[in-house]
Amino acid sequence: MSAPPTAVLAQDALAQSIQGTIDVPPIQYAALSPIIIVFGVALAAVLIDAFASARTRRLLQPPLAAVGFAVAFVAVVLLHGRRQILAAGAVAIDSPTLFLEGAILLFAFLAVLLVAERRLDSSGGAIVASAAVTPGSPGATAARTSAAVQTEVYALMAFSVAGMLLFVSANTLLVMFVALEILSLPLYLLAGLARRRRLLSQEAAMKYFLLGAFSSAFFIYGLAFLYGYAGSVDLGRIADAAGTATANDTYLYLGMALLGIGLFFKIGAVPFHSWTPDVYQGSPTPITAFMAAGTKVAAFGALLRVFYVAFGGLRWDWRPTVWTIAIMTMVVGAVLALTQRDIKRMLAYSAIAHAGFLLTGLAAANSDGLRGSLFYLVAYGFTTIAAFGLITMVRTADGEASDLSQWQGLGRRSPVLAGIFAFLLLALAGIPLTSGFTGKFAVFQAAVAGNATPLVVVALVTSAIAAFFYVRVIVLMFFQEPVMDGPIVVTRPTLTYAAVGIGAIMTLLLGVAPQPLLDLAGTAATSGFVR
Amino acid sequence: MSTVPMSRVPTHPAAVPMVTRYAMPHEPHYASATGIFSVMWLLLVLPLAGAAILLLGGRRTNRWGHLLATAAAATSFVVALLLFFALLGRSGDDRAVSQHLFSWIPVNSFQVDAGLLFDQLSALFVLLITGVGTLIHVYSIGYMAHDPARRKFFAYMNLFLASMLLLVLGDNFLVLYAGWELVGLSSYLLIKFWEDRPAAATAANKAFYMNRVGDVGLALAVMFMFATVGSTNFDTVFGAAAAGVIGYGTLTAIALLLLLGACGKSGQFPLQAWLPDAMEGPTPISALIHAATMVTAGVYLIARANPIFTETQAARTVVVIIGAGTILIGCVIGCAYDDIKKVLAYSTVSQIGYMFLAVGLGPAGYALGIMHLLAHGFFKAGLFLGAGSVIHAMNDEQDMRKYGALWRLMPVTWATFGICYLAIIGFPPLSGFFTKDKIIEAAFDKGGTSGYLLGSAALLGAGITAFYMTRLFLMTFHGERRWSDKGPRAVHPHESPRVMTGPMIPLAIGAAVAGGLFVLGGSVQNWLAPVVGESAEEGVHTMSPVVLTALTLLVAAGGFAGAYLRYQLRPVEAVAPPDAEVGLVTVAARHDLYANTFNEAVFMRPGQYATRFLVWLDTVGVDGAVRGSAAAVGGLSGRLRRTQTGFVRSYALSMLGGAVLVVGALYLVKVG
Repeated sequence: MSAPPTAVLAQDALAQSIQGTIDVPPIQYAALSPIIIVFGVALAAVLIDAFASARTRRLLQPPLAAVGFAVAFVAVVLLHGRRQILAAGAVAIDSPTLFLEGAILLFAFLAVLLVAERRLDSSGGAIVASAAVTPGSPGATAARTSAAVQTEVYALMAFSVAGMLLFVSANTLLVMFVALEILSLPLYLLAGLARRRRLLSQEAAMKYFLLGAFSSAFFIYGLAFLYGYAGSVDLGRIADAAGTATANDTYLYLGMALLGIGLFFKIGAVPFHSWTPDVYQGSPTPITAFMAAGTKVAAFGALLRVFYVAFGGLRWDWRPTVWTIAIMTMVVGAVLALTQRDIKRMLAYSAIAHAGFLLTGLAAANSDGLRGSLFYLVAYGFTTIAAFGLITMVRTADGEASDLSQWQGLGRRSPVLAGIFAFLLLALAGIPLTSGFTGKFAVFQAAVAGNATPLVVVALVTSAIAAFFYVRVIVLMFFQEPVMDGPIVVTRPTLTYAAVGIGAIMTLLLGVAPQPLLDLAGTAATSGFVR
Repeated sequence: MSTVPMSRVPTHPAAVPMVTRYAMPHEPHYASATGIFSVMWLLLVLPLAGAAILLLGGRRTNRWGHLLATAAAATSFVVALLLFFALLGRSGDDRAVSQHLFSWIPVNSFQVDAGLLFDQLSALFVLLITGVGTLIHVYSIGYMAHDPARRKFFAYMNLFLASMLLLVLGDNFLVLYAGWELVGLSSYLLIKFWEDRPAAATAANKAFYMNRVGDVGLALAVMFMFATVGSTNFDTVFGAAAAGVIGYGTLTAIALLLLLGACGKSGQFPLQAWLPDAMEGPTPISALIHAATMVTAGVYLIARANPIFTETQAARTVVVIIGAGTILIGCVIGCAYDDIKKVLAYSTVSQIGYMFLAVGLGPAGYALGIMHLLAHGFFKAGLFLGAGSVIHAMNDEQDMRKYGALWRLMPVTWATFGICYLAIIGFPPLSGFFTKDKIIEAAFDKGGTSGYLLGSAALLGAGITAFYMTRLFLMTFHGERRWSDKGPRAVHPHESPRVMTGPMIPLAIGAAVAGGLFVLGGSVQNWLAPVVGESAEEGVHTMSPVVLTALTLLVAAGGFAGAYLRYQLRPVEAVAPPDAEVGLVTVAARHDLYANTFNEAVFMRPGQYATRFLVWLDTVGVDGAVRGSAAAVGGLSGRLRRTQTGFVRSYALSMLGGAVLVVGALYLVKVG
């Protein structure tokens, strides 16, 4: 059996199956190895959860996940420069994809460090001992103080990461949809695993699930329209079909809109953002960090691929819409963050605003915009993981001190921690010498080059608004008197220190010496997505 | 050796043709630093490291910190000596050695390198700064022995040395400016060293602000240079100035702005009022900063920028007027004060006036100004250290009316102070006799009415100097004793410890012989000739030098006699007579000739009004807009926030609405 050198198309497979024979497409295992490794880790984690003792599980799971992600990252590095379409056209490997996969794995690694931290809570970290206990029931108190941990969190994370990797490399809409579900379903569960404030956490999981399902419906509806239009779910085929002028392109635009909505939901763009603050607030903070960094990279990666590959020829048609969404996202994110009293909610709105800034890179619709978006994603991911990681360390007797008033005067009592947090906030605000500035500069520059100057003007104004609420927190921490019986800063949580430290150092490095990563993103962007 | 160091590469695109085309034969050539000169940076780094160790080391360094600081200063002096002798061994044309340190500001057309320049002029300054600086460090070991913050004091002193060295060693105006500002900072820190005294804090602020007025001038001058020549390197700027590529107006503007900076730092009219107040600092500081080194930075600046001043007659006229005026202002006020340090401070103001007068005379006077500066460095430092010794002995009493007849009790202080005193009034053959005489001579030699006016002012100044310095000397060491060793205000004057008297002796020796060494045979003039140009030829004199010297001596003798009659032969009141009983001139002098009133009117009031106006504008305009928009955004935020109800159903509804919008928008685009 010899496979054709070009990708085997789904229709051919369908036709052959009707004839009774199925050609098994060749699978390039090496090229798929990052995804396969992470799936392997996920399956192994499930097996360990099923058969090992509670103690063994607690000891074994975190290193397994961390090592697995690290090995997968090495595999991504080894694959650099590959550019091909694999597995019968289902998966594409190219420089932007590998860049995004690398970023996802790095962030997953850092998130595992945060999740595995057990020195923060008096009992056992941020993850609940038993997720099935009804809040308020007699068992709930026992579950809160129990040293046990729902170790399934690692398997869920591994599945989610595998889904993310597949999501950014999917070359057909069907694979993309499957990947979307693989990445989302574990996240819904993860959102409900907080040890403290169980009700809030379960509410977050429920909301995320309902709205996620709703958005998935949009996605698959759009997929159906596009198949109806192009006769294929292959991204390249859709682009070809859109290139040839046909009479009835209503399906094309409907499909594009609905598919886009599914993706905009995932990145938290307005008006599909309403889940973000509730879910970010309710989820266990390490998981929030994971979602804010990893999910954003994955969803944005898929969005970039869909809009550059499948709808690349239609950019004059989708740009106004993307402009509008970008403006709404930036403005709503920045404005609503102003009145937040909860620090996690504030960072959630900040994440929404950042999604808007990222969309300016998409609105630029050129290779510089792609470069800027890739860089921005990595820069933002490191900063946001460090910020959420740091929040886990500031605690009261009831868990994290999430109310802003409790952060008052923190700079007096824990100057180093408050100093790092201030630095991270400045990075989120986009102050020079932080990665936030470099990232914003990269996308804004591309947007100006792509004739999107008005968008950049709005972006700059919203940046100024956003800077206000970041700086307000800094003022609160450093220039106000500490509150009585304020939060305690937990000392010696080694893993959290490591994650926060790496995030903060990268934030500084990417601000001071961004050139290597910019070059890497630039090379990836110039070679572009494979079709 | 004609290798071109990095800092000589023309930096501004426009500067390239400009400088090469008009290259003049006497454009300075800087040799690059090889051999022993490659350790030039040590000069700066040693005291800087001392300061860093003392400041960062904290209390741990309390026990030996002052010794370390002194060692750092002394080592720096040794390095300076080595470099100086190495420089002596070179031929005249190669005696300017520059060392490129690093690219400071590499931004496209704005290229500034940090480099050092060790030439004849800076060599003399480096020797003066490190030499006198070391002596004063030693002296301070004794003077500050009981001060709890002695470590900090020595750290600041080291910092000051490093800043001052940076100022005189920089090979371009920007490095000079950096040193200039650092000198201002360390001076501020040292004046307010006893910050628990409100007067010290006020004086430090005053010194800082008034220096800022001058610094603005220097900063603007540097910007002007960059705008016109495209570089701030000495050689490029001076080459362009000498070649006449800078317009006369621009050149004069640059020169006047430099002069403003010089006036601020050197306490010249109209910015002289801070210097006497700065005497609130510890006395060694007054000796180091406000007599021997920092206040001479203005003279250095003008001497260094001599190619600019040579080309602009107008600016030089302003310099000589300021110099001559300041001589008289300083003298007159010096007669009226009873505070020994204030008198010395005004004496400094007036002596620097002489230096300004000299350098303002152009090529004829640059070297004379520098010579007087060096000699002044010796005798004024000696006078201040002597005054410190007396103050120390008198339980911090600074009023001369409470002194008297101390000479038997403090023989070393008396002798060294006496030599320095004789040197400053120009008693032959001590330093002041040679250097001041030369300046008076050069002023008369300027010719014309202006020459006579300037010469007469300088001559008169010499007479008044003799008067008030004699007054100071007699009131302190001779006459009746006006203090008591019994009762509630008892003092027990005694000679200071050796660590304090020790440094005064070399200074006294310097004060005695330096002038002769510098002037006789024209040694310093010849030495400096490659930097500041040849002096005017001998023989063209308005007045015969012999006659003039005799006249000067006569006037000084008159001043001395006046003081002797008034303060030695007649008793001195222990309390100064009230304003009502003394003449108008004395009253004015007691009020610093109303310099503070002048400053308030010229600098402070307009500043205050401008500030008030800006504050008003800021409150009404800027803040109004900011607060308004902040309120608007906040209100919007509060309203938008209500959309976040927490109900999944409403979230889903908003998503559906969004979906409709997106589809509609795309469809609209397609239809459109």
